[in-house]
Amino acid sequence: MSLYLDCTVTRGDFTLSIAALIEPGTVVAILGPNGAGKSTLVRAIAGLHPIDAGSISINGRVVDDGGATLASAQRRSVGVVFQDYALFPHLSVLDNVAFGPRARGAGRSASSAKALETLRLLGVADLASRKPGEISGGQAQRVALARALATSPDVLLLDEPLAALDVETKEIVRAELQTQLESFAGCVVLITHDPLDALLLADRVIVLENGIVSQDGTPAELSQRPLTDYVATLMGVTLLRGEAAGGTLTLAAGGVLNIVDHDLAGPALAVVRPESVTLHLTRPEGSARNVWQGNVISLQPSHDRIRVLVDGEPSVVAAITPEAAADMRLARGTGVWLSLKSLDLQTFPAGGAGHVGIGARGVRG
Amino acid sequence: MNGRRAAAPPWFLIGPGVIAVAFLVVPLIALLLQAPWESFASIISTPSAMDALRLSLVTSLIATAIAAVIGIPLAWLLAREILPGTRLIRALVIVPLLLPPVVSGVALLAAFGRRGSVGGFLFDTFGIQLPFTTTGVILAETFVAMPFLIITLEGAFRSFDRRFEDAAVTLGASPWTVFRRITIPLVGPSIIAGAALCWARALGEFGATITFAGNFPGVTQTMPLAVYTALESDRDIAIALSILLLAVSVAVLVALRGNYMRGAARS
Amino acid sequence: MSVSRVLLAWSLATAITVTPLVGAGAAGAAPGRPAAPQQVSGTVTVSAASSLTDVFPVIAAAFMKKYPGTNVKFNFGGSPALVEQINAGAPVDVLATASEPTMWKAVNAGRVNAPFPFAKNSMAIAMPPGNPAGITGLSDLSRPGVLVAVCAVAVPCGAATRDVLKLNSVVVKPVTLELDVRDVLGRVMADEVDAGIVYVTDVKAAGGKVTSVTIPPASNATTTYPIATVIGAPNAEAARAFVMYVRFTTSVQGILRAYGFARPW
Repeated sequence: MSLYLDCTVTRGDFTLSIAALIEPGTVVAILGPNGAGKSTLVRAIAGLHPIDAGSISINGRVVDDGGATLASAQRRSVGVVFQDYALFPHLSVLDNVAFGPRARGAGRSASSAKALETLRLLGVADLASRKPGEISGGQAQRVALARALATSPDVLLLDEPLAALDVETKEIVRAELQTQLESFAGCVVLITHDPLDALLLADRVIVLENGIVSQDGTPAELSQRPLTDYVATLMGVTLLRGEAAGGTLTLAAGGVLNIVDHDLAGPALAVVRPESVTLHLTRPEGSARNVWQGNVISLQPSHDRIRVLVDGEPSVVAAITPEAAADMRLARGTGVWLSLKSLDLQTFPAGGAGHVGIGARGVRG
Repeated sequence: MNGRRAAAPPWFLIGPGVIAVAFLVVPLIALLLQAPWESFASIISTPSAMDALRLSLVTSLIATAIAAVIGIPLAWLLAREILPGTRLIRALVIVPLLLPPVVSGVALLAAFGRRGSVGGFLFDTFGIQLPFTTTGVILAETFVAMPFLIITLEGAFRSFDRRFEDAAVTLGASPWTVFRRITIPLVGPSIIAGAALCWARALGEFGATITFAGNFPGVTQTMPLAVYTALESDRDIAIALSILLLAVSVAVLVALRGNYMRGAARS
Repeated sequence: MSVSRVLLAWSLATAITVTPLVGAGAAGAAPGRPAAPQQVSGTVTVSAASSLTDVFPVIAAAFMKKYPGTNVKFNFGGSPALVEQINAGAPVDVLATASEPTMWKAVNAGRVNAPFPFAKNSMAIAMPPGNPAGITGLSDLSRPGVLVAVCAVAVPCGAATRDVLKLNSVVVKPVTLELDVRDVLGRVMADEVDAGIVYVTDVKAAGGKVTSVTIPPASNATTTYPIATVIGAPNAEAARAFVMYVRFTTSVQGILRAYGFARPW
C-alpha cells in the first residue's frame, strides 16, 4: 500500500509539480501557504481533477497517467476527510459513515454494521442517530474520519482536518488524531497550512510553495535546516544566506558571521534559532564570537516569551523572556547589541535551492 | 423624537405596498361577492364541472412530473455549464416563459400538429395525433410550465455546495448514486418550490392549450377552458368554476407552504 | 385568436364608463320607415359577429362615404361574448349578432333597443384544400378517425350546427368546440382538422383556402342576423344612422348577397 506521485497539474495559469513516494504506514504532511497548490494536489490524488502529465500510482497500480489511464474518484481507494468535513447534512451520522460501504456494494445492514464499528472505534458510536448539524466540530471531525475509514482505503487524505476547529478543541482533536493515524496501516497524506499539525502528526513533511516542492524531510530536518524563508519563518528561526569561506560566512544581505565549520565553502545557509541570540544594551564582552549592533523593529508576545525582531547586519529574531524585555525597556527603535555563539549557528551548503530568498522574511517583511 | 420618527416604516414603501395588495386582492373578493352561492354546490357537482376539474388536475400533475423528469437534469447541466453553448440554451429554454401562451400554442402546432415538422412524421408513420388529445393538453402545459421549474432548479444547483458531491464520489458512489442520494435530497426544497410553481402555471394554462389541443369536454377542456366556455352561456357557472379552481390551487399551495418557505430560506 | 378576444373584452369592459343618454332609445322603435338622420359624425363602434368580419368593413366604407365625418370601428367576436361585453357596460354603439337568441339576451338585459333582422346565413362543410379525408357529405363526419371542428352550442354557429346535424340524423364527435366560427375556419385552413362546419359565407370568404361541400337547403339550418343600437351608446345619432343604413339601403343587401348572405325575410 504505497502512493507514488510524479505529476504536473495545471489549473488556469497555475501549475503544480510534485514527485514523492509515500510508504505505507507513514504520515506525510503537505505543508504550504495558501495558493501553494495544496487543494489541487488533494483533488489530483482523490481523482477529482485529472493530472496533465506524469503519473499517480496507488499500490503500484497507475490510477492516472495524464493520458488514457484515468481511474475516477469512484474507483480509487482514497478516503478523504474534507476541509470543513462536508458531512452530508440530510443523512444521520450512521448513514454518512455507511454511505461509502453501501456505495461500494455492501448491503444495507452490512454497511450499517461496518459504519457502527468504525464509529465505535473512534469513540463516537453514541452520535449515530444524530444529524451533522447537531454535533460539535470535534465530533464532526471524528465522524468525517470514520466516514473516510469505513471504506478501508489504501490512502487516507486529510485536507486541513483541524482548520475548522477552535484553538482548544484543536489541541484535543490533534492528540486524538495522532493515535488514530498510528493505527492506520495505509498511507496518510495530511494537507495543512499549520506547521504544528505537520510537526506533531507527520513522519515526513513535504513543503509546497508556488506549485513546487521546496523542501522534503522529517520534522527535525525542517526545523534544523529550513531551506526557504517560508519554512524558516514557520519554524520560528531566521535563515541567512551567504558565501562561506575559511570559517566565515559573508552574508548576501550584509554582515559577516564566524562559523564553526572551516571546511564549508561556497554558497551556504545558516540557521539562527531565536533562543540562541542574546540581546544587550551595551557592547558585551564574552565568549560569543559574533557580536553586532541593531535596532528593535517589533516585539511579538509568543507563549512564554517575546520574539524581538532586530534590524541589523544580519537582521534576526531573538527570543527573550518578558521580564528581560521589561528590564531592558525594549521598544521599537531601541538600539541593542546582539551576540551569538558560533556553536549555536547551524550551517550547511545551499545546494540547489536557488530560489531561496535572501535574508529572513520574518525580519524584512 | 427623531429616533422614533426614523424607526417608523417608510411611507414610500407602505403606500405602494398597500396599493399592490388592494389591486391583487380586490378582484378575488369581487369574484367571491358575485358568486351564485345558492346554486354553487349544484354547479360544481355537475359531471361536466367534475370532468374539467379532474382533467385539469390529472394533466397538470402529469405535466409537472414530466417537467421534473426532464427539467431537473437540464437544470443540472445548465448549472454545471457542461453543454456547449450553455448561455444560448439557457436563453432558449426560458423563452416559453416570456412568450404569450397563444404563441406557444401556434409554435406547438407548427412542430407537433399533424402537418408540423415533428407531428407530420408521427402522424404519417405511426398515425399518432397530438392536437385535440389529452396528451396534447399535457404537452402544451409542459411546454409553458417547465421553464419555471428549470430556472428555479438551476439556481439551486448553482448555489449547491459541490464538496458534498466530491465527498460522495471519493466514497465510491457512481454519478447516478451521487445524483440520487446526495444532489437531489439536498436541493429537495427547491425542487418542491419549482414543482409548485410549475404545477400552478400548468393548472392555469389556457392560451397554448386551447390553441394546440382545442376545447372539448372531458378530453381537452380543462378548468380554464371550461370557465371561458361557460362565459359564453352562463356567467354564474363561469364564476362558480373560477372559485372552484381558485380554491383547489390555494389549497395545494397552502399544503406545500411549509416546504416552500423552507426552500426559499435555504436557497 | 381566442386570447386576443378575451383581452379585448377585458379592455372594453373596463375602459370607459358609459354616460346615460336620454331619448336616444326611441330612434329605431318607431313603426314604418323613419327619416334617416341628416347630420351625423364621429366614431361609431360596432360589435359584430365574427362571421361578419369580411362583409361589414365593406358596408362601413359605403356608410362613411355617405356620411363624411364618420368613422366606423369594429369589434368582431363570438356573439355571446359581444353581448357579455355590452351587458358589462362596454362603450359600444351598435350590436350585430349571428342569431336572434343571443341578441335577445342583450334586449332582455335592457342594453339594446329593438333589433331588426338584416341577413340570414346557413351552414356548409369546409375541408382543407385537397380534402384529405375525402368528405362528401355530413354523414362522412361521423366516420371514425375523421377530425371535425365545430362551434360550441353556446355560440350561434354551434346552435345552427346542432340543428343541421339533428335534421340529418348525423351524430358527430368533434375534437374541439370553438367559441368563434372563425376559429373553426382557421383550424380547417391550417389543416389541423379534416373538416369543420361553418357558415356558407365563411367558405366564400376563405376563397381557395378551403374546399367545401354544400348542404341542400331542405336539410340545412339557418340563422338570422339582427342588428340594434345600444342603449346609452356614446354616439347614439351615428349608431341610429348606421343601423338604418344597414337596414334600408338597397346596395347593402347587394353587398351581403355578394358575400353569400341571404335575405332575412
